[in-house]
Amino acid sequence: MADMCIKILRGRSDQKVSPLARILLGARTPGQAREALWAYVFLLPWLLGLILFFGGPILASLVLSLFDYSLIKPPVFVGLGNLRKAFTDDALFWPSLGRTFRWAMMYVPPVVAGSLFLAILLNQKLKGTSVFRTLFFLPHLTPAVSLAVLWTWILNPLTGPVNYILGEMGLPQPAWLTSEAWAMRALLIMAFWGGLGGNRLLIFLAGLQGVPQELYEAAEIDGAGAWAKFRHVTMPMISPVILFNVLLAFIGALKVFTTAYVATKGGPNYATWFLALHIFNQAFNYFRFGYGAALAWLLAIILVIFSYVQMRLSSRWVYAAGE
Amino acid sequence: MARTVQIPIQRRTWIRADLRWATFRLPLYLLLLVLTVFFGFPFFWTVSSSLKSASELRAYPPQWLPKVLQWRNYVEVLTLFGYPFGRWFVNSIVLSTVATLGTVVSSALGAYGFARFRFRGREALFMITLATMMLPSQVTLIPQFLMFVRLGWLDTFKPLWVPYWFGGGAFFIFLFRQFFLTLPRELDEAATIDGANYWRIFLTILLPLCKPALATAAMISFMEHWSDFLNPVIYLNRSDMLTIAVGLRFMNEVPEMGAGRPILHFLMAATVLSILPCVAVFFAGQRFFVRGIVASAIKG
Repeated sequence: MADMCIKILRGRSDQKVSPLARILLGARTPGQAREALWAYVFLLPWLLGLILFFGGPILASLVLSLFDYSLIKPPVFVGLGNLRKAFTDDALFWPSLGRTFRWAMMYVPPVVAGSLFLAILLNQKLKGTSVFRTLFFLPHLTPAVSLAVLWTWILNPLTGPVNYILGEMGLPQPAWLTSEAWAMRALLIMAFWGGLGGNRLLIFLAGLQGVPQELYEAAEIDGAGAWAKFRHVTMPMISPVILFNVLLAFIGALKVFTTAYVATKGGPNYATWFLALHIFNQAFNYFRFGYGAALAWLLAIILVIFSYVQMRLSSRWVYAAGE
Repeated sequence: MARTVQIPIQRRTWIRADLRWATFRLPLYLLLLVLTVFFGFPFFWTVSSSLKSASELRAYPPQWLPKVLQWRNYVEVLTLFGYPFGRWFVNSIVLSTVATLGTVVSSALGAYGFARFRFRGREALFMITLATMMLPSQVTLIPQFLMFVRLGWLDTFKPLWVPYWFGGGAFFIFLFRQFFLTLPRELDEAATIDGANYWRIFLTILLPLCKPALATAAMISFMEHWSDFLNPVIYLNRSDMLTIAVGLRFMNEVPEMGAGRPILHFLMAATVLSILPCVAVFFAGQRFFVRGIVASAIKG
């Protein structure tokens, strides 16, 4: 078999393609068989990766989610017990799920609208646009941990510059990340800082620059003002880009982890205990790997359902040229 | 006569232009200024704090700028007693580089397979490849962790670079595939007629032509690995074997290792050092980076 493969790869096999090779490779001629085999040679690393780091773990994770397993003791089969535990017996599950959705609802609309706004602003042919674009992009380059550490000190309730300025202005000085009421808002500010000017902005800018100039000219002839042009030309033309960004932002928001884990560890008093944090802590702090796997699947299902629903809804309002 | 009429009209249009500028453009510039403060202040504060002395950092009201720039904060943080920060920095550089190399090499290979060869199941395999991007990493994280524990890879760097030599992930395969598809097939055919085999075509014709894609992939991959927190925090526990992301958090959480000295100015210097390579990489290849982000977003 291996011998045969090498012969085909070298192109030295001029006999007819064996039936087995014909079925496996879908090849009718020796040339086609050779091409197909070479494809697998180049795809070999990824095929192995797909099996070792995706297919295998996905199956293992499905099986694991049916067990109670903690590394030191042998696994115990619990069936859907892990799900039952999540739904009825885990005081942190529902609140963390609700909190995650609340986070997404508070984060996504403003951040997408804000990025679009920044993109429009940078698209006005103002002087120094490229400098501003770079400056707005820099926070996005900041690693999540660095971002969390940096803002922890800026928002430090006692010694941080923000509360100093607020105090000087006679405004209330919230305790930010250390206050149950303000921790989520502090994380939002941090996320806006990192997310407003990032990839989303670049994608919006490209979208705006892709709108044909003639449409604006035609609208002007029809007497459209700035708002009418935005509402009736820009918005429909970039609606696929908006959808793409909303979808991506929402999926990202539901997976929120690192900033919260570093800046608040889910606290104070679970105020920022998101679903991804719950999963992480169950698995890697309490070593409940079976339960963690079950929770991870819940997150995955939520993400898939959400993307699907959003895709369906979007067909109503997204304008796609040529489709 | 004609001149005396002309001048006032021109003046009037100037005034109107000024007025237009003041009403339409000036607010935009003011807005940009406000945004600059919002985006820039955290950087300014961190850099400024990293150059302060320990007493200046404790001062209240806060001091905006250090009196004397304490550059030695940077020297000290890299060689600081207690925290092997310099070690973490080197760990991160080496790990990110090796993982990036694996990502770029193996994803370019896979993309070549997808872009240039016909074989049964290609479309299905490509769809599966894209589908892996939808899967949240939490699902595969736990079984992978258990697998690496079995392999005895806990507290080694292997889980952080070996997997990336297996295809490098769907995003990068997609990126390279899109790029290969833009290169005319006639190139390959001409080379085949000249007697080149697939390896030669890949190495000497396609790869040199896709330098922009290589640069984009390398940059994005490097930044991802440099910033990665979830994987190193699971696999690395020994304090001399952390990466910079995990180490920075460690410094932030466990100030005791500073041997009783105040460490905030060191922490700020460490934060700056943790951001610096990403910014440097970005400036080195800004145009590739921007183009790559946009290309990957526009559907292909």
